[in-house]
Amino acid sequence: MVMKPMKQNRKVFVLANGKTVIEKRSKAPLVAVLLIIAAVVSGKVTGFDFYVLVTRISYFFVMIGDMFPPDWGYMSAVWTPLLDTIKMSLLGSAIGALLCIPAAMLASSNLVKAKAVTAFFKFFFSVVRTLPTLVVALIATYVFGLGTLAGTVAIAVFTFAYCGKILYEQIETVDMGAHEALEALGMGRLSAIRHSVWPQVLPSFLSTVLFCFEGNVRYASILGYVGAGGLGIILNEKIGWREYPRVGMILIALFIAVVAIESLSSWLRKKLT
Amino acid sequence: MDDIKLTPAETLSKEPRRWIATLLAVLAAVILAAWSSSALESNSTGGAGLSVAKGIILGILHPTTDILFTLGQNGIPYLLLETMCIAFLGTLVGAVISIPFAFLGAGNIVSKPVAVVFRVIVMAIRTVPSFVYGLMFIMVTGPGAFAGLLTMSVCSVGMLSKMFIETIEDLDKGILESLSASGCNLFDKIRYGIIPQLMPSFASTLIYRFDMNLRDATVLGIVGAGGIGAPLIFAMNSYRWNDVGAILLGLVVLVLLVEWFSSKLRTKLMRG
Repeated sequence: MVMKPMKQNRKVFVLANGKTVIEKRSKAPLVAVLLIIAAVVSGKVTGFDFYVLVTRISYFFVMIGDMFPPDWGYMSAVWTPLLDTIKMSLLGSAIGALLCIPAAMLASSNLVKAKAVTAFFKFFFSVVRTLPTLVVALIATYVFGLGTLAGTVAIAVFTFAYCGKILYEQIETVDMGAHEALEALGMGRLSAIRHSVWPQVLPSFLSTVLFCFEGNVRYASILGYVGAGGLGIILNEKIGWREYPRVGMILIALFIAVVAIESLSSWLRKKLT
Repeated sequence: MDDIKLTPAETLSKEPRRWIATLLAVLAAVILAAWSSSALESNSTGGAGLSVAKGIILGILHPTTDILFTLGQNGIPYLLLETMCIAFLGTLVGAVISIPFAFLGAGNIVSKPVAVVFRVIVMAIRTVPSFVYGLMFIMVTGPGAFAGLLTMSVCSVGMLSKMFIETIEDLDKGILESLSASGCNLFDKIRYGIIPQLMPSFASTLIYRFDMNLRDATVLGIVGAGGIGAPLIFAMNSYRWNDVGAILLGLVVLVLLVEWFSSKLRTKLMRG
């Protein structure tokens, strides 16, 4: 073996069998320079200003301070919107999860042989997932009127895209042996899928839906901002009127609800897997 | 040995029967759905909804092309650049804030009660809806991209620290022990024992979060915190659906591109 002259002072190791191993060139400096350039450009574009941040950050904490102690008496008015938010996300997640099953089956390349069909449905899922939920909610309020129905539709659309994408990825990694065996024994396509593919993906699909539901509860509280029902409406109203103790009460109620739902759903998800 | 006939009907009849559990689960789902549908109410305008929807969809499908390619401050390319900058710096600042939270919330670094306290704090930070942070930061900096950046960073803290904590708790302590056995000091241990273990996973989390922030950036627009959200909401509130179509087109293309690129990058990071 001929040693080539080294241009850089990279480490060269000579192994016991006489082979040489050259240390790989590190990409870290290049990445660091790119990151610094990106950060500087972003700072310029967004007008990042340390001076303003340091001198005025106290206003942020003043607002948080005003939220305590919260207005406990206001809780009676929080119950209905809070339950509305939970109901919206529950129903929206259920509808979205049901609707995404057939579409996800059409998008998985091991169930549908036609490339054009799977490519179309995959692209459809990506585009729907990119649409901001808030925009969907705002459009829904124009179509269905102000209220929780619009929020439910927006959540259903988001859940459809999110769960659908994960479902078709799971279907594509399924072991197809059982499916082929059932088909070879003369079973129809759909019932073969029902008895071989479906049991394999069901637990993880349910766990995905539950996870999505958790996120939806948190997201549903934003939707009220565009008039799509739930907690967001009163939250926006109270911030507008600067009734910060009431804002604090709403946020505490939301926090407790989210923690309760998350622990329930993570317990269920542990049981599923 | 028994004769086993392998007809599908016979094999299927041996499938484990869990119909009680299935029935209960379905029943629970139906009851929950019925309960939650009680909240459905809308001030619908009767049959007008369909024609409204048709108008909106037609408008969105015919995007205005001239704002799509103008390079000024109001053109979509600049707005997209601003949105990307907000998402990028927001992720970076969020990472800086969440690293101490992550170390203080990891059960193998600090004692259990301390870790629990910091996890609850992280969870509380995560619960507050993003537009509330947006409105709060506008009080600090005034409306504009700077407020959006700060909002993004605080909103990222929840998820980032949660993922960071998981990575830190997976740290292989054996490496640290062997490093100290061979006489390395604390700095060496951090440099050669901890950072190489955490770096790929942290970087992957950050790229993923950048992806999400880009998608969530429209939320900021509605409170006036910069980016492409504000023009989008203005266009929607004044029923300029062609402009909405143009903005959405730009946003969708950008997000899809970034998503494709970031998933490539993350698989590369994960494989080392």
